[in-house]
Amino acid sequence: MANMSLKKVEINTRDPEERNKDFKEVVLGYTEEQAMEEAERCLQCKHKPCVKGCPVHVKIPEFIKLVAEGDFEGAYQKIKETNSLPAVCGRVCPQETQCEELCVRGIKGEPVAIGRLERFVADWHMKNIEDKKLNIKSNNKKVAIIGSGPAGLSCAGDLAKLGYKVTIFEAFHVAGGVLMYGIPEFRLPKAIVQKEIDSLKEMGVEIDTNMVIGRVFSINELKDKGYEAVFIGTGAGLPSFMGIPGENYNGVYTANEFLTRINLMKAYKFPESDTPVYVGKKVAVFGGGNVAMDAARSAKRLGAEDVYIVYRRSEEEMPARVEEVHHAKEEGIIFKLLSNPTRILGTEDGWVRAIECIDMELGEPDASGRRRPIPIEGSEKEIEVETVVIAIGQSPNPLIKATTEGLETHSWGGIIVDEATGATSIPGVYAGGDAVTGAATVILAMGAGKTAANAIDEYLTK
Amino acid sequence: MYKIIRKRILNSSVKSMDILAPKIAKKAEPGQFIILRVREDGERIPLTIADYDREEGTVTITFQEVGKTTMLLGNLEEGDNILDFVGPLGVPTNLEGYKKVAVIGGGLGAAIAYPQAKKIHSLGGEVHTIIGFRNKDIVILEEEMKAVSSKSFVTTDDGSYGKKGFVTDILKQLIDEGNDYDLVVAIGPLIMMKVVSDLTREYGIKTIVSMNPIMIDGTGMCGGCRVTVGGEVKFACVDGPDFDGHLIDFDEAMRRQGMYKEKEHKCRIGLGGN
Ligand SMILES: Cc1cc2nc3c(=O)[nH]c(=O)nc-3n(C[C@H](O)[C@H](O)[C@H](O)COP(=O)(O)OP(=O)(O)OC[C@H]3O[C@@H](n4cnc5c(N)ncnc54)[C@H](O)[C@@H]3O)c2cc1C
Ligand SMILES: Cc1cc2nc3c(=O)[nH]c(=O)nc-3n(C[C@H](O)[C@H](O)[C@H](O)COP(=O)(O)OP(=O)(O)OC[C@H]3O[C@@H](n4cnc5c(N)ncnc54)[C@H](O)[C@@H]3O)c2cc1C
Ligand code: SF4
Ligand code: SF4
Ligand code: FES
Repeated sequence: MANMSLKKVEINTRDPEERNKDFKEVVLGYTEEQAMEEAERCLQCKHKPCVKGCPVHVKIPEFIKLVAEGDFEGAYQKIKETNSLPAVCGRVCPQETQCEELCVRGIKGEPVAIGRLERFVADWHMKNIEDKKLNIKSNNKKVAIIGSGPAGLSCAGDLAKLGYKVTIFEAFHVAGGVLMYGIPEFRLPKAIVQKEIDSLKEMGVEIDTNMVIGRVFSINELKDKGYEAVFIGTGAGLPSFMGIPGENYNGVYTANEFLTRINLMKAYKFPESDTPVYVGKKVAVFGGGNVAMDAARSAKRLGAEDVYIVYRRSEEEMPARVEEVHHAKEEGIIFKLLSNPTRILGTEDGWVRAIECIDMELGEPDASGRRRPIPIEGSEKEIEVETVVIAIGQSPNPLIKATTEGLETHSWGGIIVDEATGATSIPGVYAGGDAVTGAATVILAMGAGKTAANAIDEYLTK
Repeated sequence: MYKIIRKRILNSSVKSMDILAPKIAKKAEPGQFIILRVREDGERIPLTIADYDREEGTVTITFQEVGKTTMLLGNLEEGDNILDFVGPLGVPTNLEGYKKVAVIGGGLGAAIAYPQAKKIHSLGGEVHTIIGFRNKDIVILEEEMKAVSSKSFVTTDDGSYGKKGFVTDILKQLIDEGNDYDLVVAIGPLIMMKVVSDLTREYGIKTIVSMNPIMIDGTGMCGGCRVTVGGEVKFACVDGPDFDGHLIDFDEAMRRQGMYKEKEHKCRIGLGGN
């Protein structure tokens, strides 16, 4: 008999006042009993609306049924059929606009907690099951993957399973892309990402770090080295600025710099680690996406007393995951909504001292379908802060484009591909993830990596 | 891991190492740099490619021990390994087609300017070099510079060696004597590059300077290395590190470079030792 509760089974979460002082994971996950109880809420709909909402079509009712029956390993194998990073996606997918948005239980009450169940299953597997060594027969064909974010990792995994000799070239000293340097430990423990990477290595995937493609080798040179196909998964790392006065004062960071110092370089352990980060007593973060939430919550954890999210629209339009906004509020982040920064003000010796913001109101919907924010004249106010983090978006890094003759891109930098295959304008060269779409989501990047892996296999076997 | 093949001590705080990194050695050009990390949990720091040997597969770095990472690096010996070594990063300096060039290095900048002087010389351009130091004890690369230039000068602030005064004094003198340089390359402390650029602006001589802001990734991703050039924001790691000295906002650059001064200094005191 289905569990007809209108609410999701509550998930164990650490106390906000305790967790906002360290970098340990906030959400603790379901127990086996809680997972089975939540799984009972699924009605096993014949037409599976939830699956249509998932970019990689996870077999949702099927895996949830196995959870309800207590067959957690069976559920894991079911998810793995289409999703190679369930422990990651269960944690970071914006479920409320994807699988859970279309869940019939959501019409009256809360949808089935698909994301939490996915996470539970993946964590259960990691804890309890030793992965069998796959017996893969090599086909001796070499493929190069540029970038080790979710797009590159999933493309590499799928190709390795098919017997390709895959090398991932990564610019940084560790693999994982945004999963390592962007999303903080308290939301996505790095050990989980590392485990996914280790399992790729076990399949024979080589990971060559410290390799900035375009500088150390060009894409053409990779082909000369015997790589028969190349996948570009270099992400969208180029930070945007607001273009307002004062952005170069000391104490103004891009979210990329702020989060890289903290996550990748472990500045939260400074001086035990060697990289510093400067966090004032009052911090303003510009933007309303996941990146902004991560920066704000990190600043709080590093000792800032007042942390403001300054966002020019209202909460409804915020692109961040609902759960992150909720957690940020619980942790004491102050939301300055319908407010747009107009200037950063500095001290005489060049440090940030305040920001000036103008109140906004919402007008007609714009091209993105969201109501356009319009400034209210004369409503400028100053807020005292010592640190500013700009988290208003990123676009693809121009390095690959600049060093690859014949690679076609949009004017904003995204690589142009055939959507069905990921093929670029150069034969044998494929691309996917944020490098193609601009800043998007983990699951879309992963899906694009899979699509390209299939297409590369077809290209190299025909 | 990247092996230290040779180590040289140039003066009390400047050391030079040849690092085995064949892929980088193969591609390196003057004006480019590498980023290294000495050890786990270490900082990523940028250092200029001071020289390279494509056949041996080595890249030379010359560095001044100013803080934690450069000191850790300086403590390593021949045969030891560096954990991470990435490059070549940045845009190579375009040195082709110049007939007469003045290359100026201030302090450690002499080491960074050397590959540029060497390259111009090898391309057949006439090179005059001026390198300046605080005092006699820290003069480096005098012989090397001499070998690639038709005129070479050393200045010291206190007159303990070479000519007393600043590099700009000599440069001004040379220009006034009728040397019609079609390019000046100036590498050293920001204040020196600023003063040189101010001088050459008066004479209308094209001037290239090498900016060394704080960097993390070196691939254009963090924006920490931003400098204002001709009113536009540029990333020194991918758009530079060389820029037109007449367009740089040096005052802003000097402020930004001091960002972590206090913080790291405090920490080192906290760690005891020095
Ligand atoms: C702070 C933050 C929080 C986020 N939160 C969420 C979330 O909660 N949910 C969600 O779904 N999405 C989230 N995202 C977005 C998501 O992380 C990205 O959409 C996703 O990581 C894109 O994957 P990718 O593989 O295309 O690129 P990336 O993850 O960006 O990886 C690209 C990799 O390529 C490397 N690279 C770049 N250039 C080169 C080169 N020339 N040579 C070699 N290597 C190169 C980079 O170093 C990097 O490792 C967040 C993003 C950020 C920054
Ligand atoms: C493109 C580029 C090329 C460079 N090439 C060389 C080189 O060939 N040889 C060399 O010795 N140095 C070079 N530098 C500077 C070098 O990166 C710094 O000296 C180094 O990062 C200091 O690290 P640290 O941990 O030892 O000192 P820290 O403890 O980080 O700093 C010690 C002191 O140095 C100052 N400092 C920090 N970073 C820089 C910087 N980027 N430039 C100047 N001062 C800084 C700090 O404010 C502080 O006062 C270069 C910098 C750039 C950006
Ligand atoms: S991968 Fe993401 S969208 Fe798909 S089912 Fe899992 S949580 Fe939902
Ligand atoms: S829509 Fe909801 S209830 Fe229906 S199968 Fe999917 S998860 Fe289960
Ligand atoms: S060092 Fe990060 S953008 Fe230049």
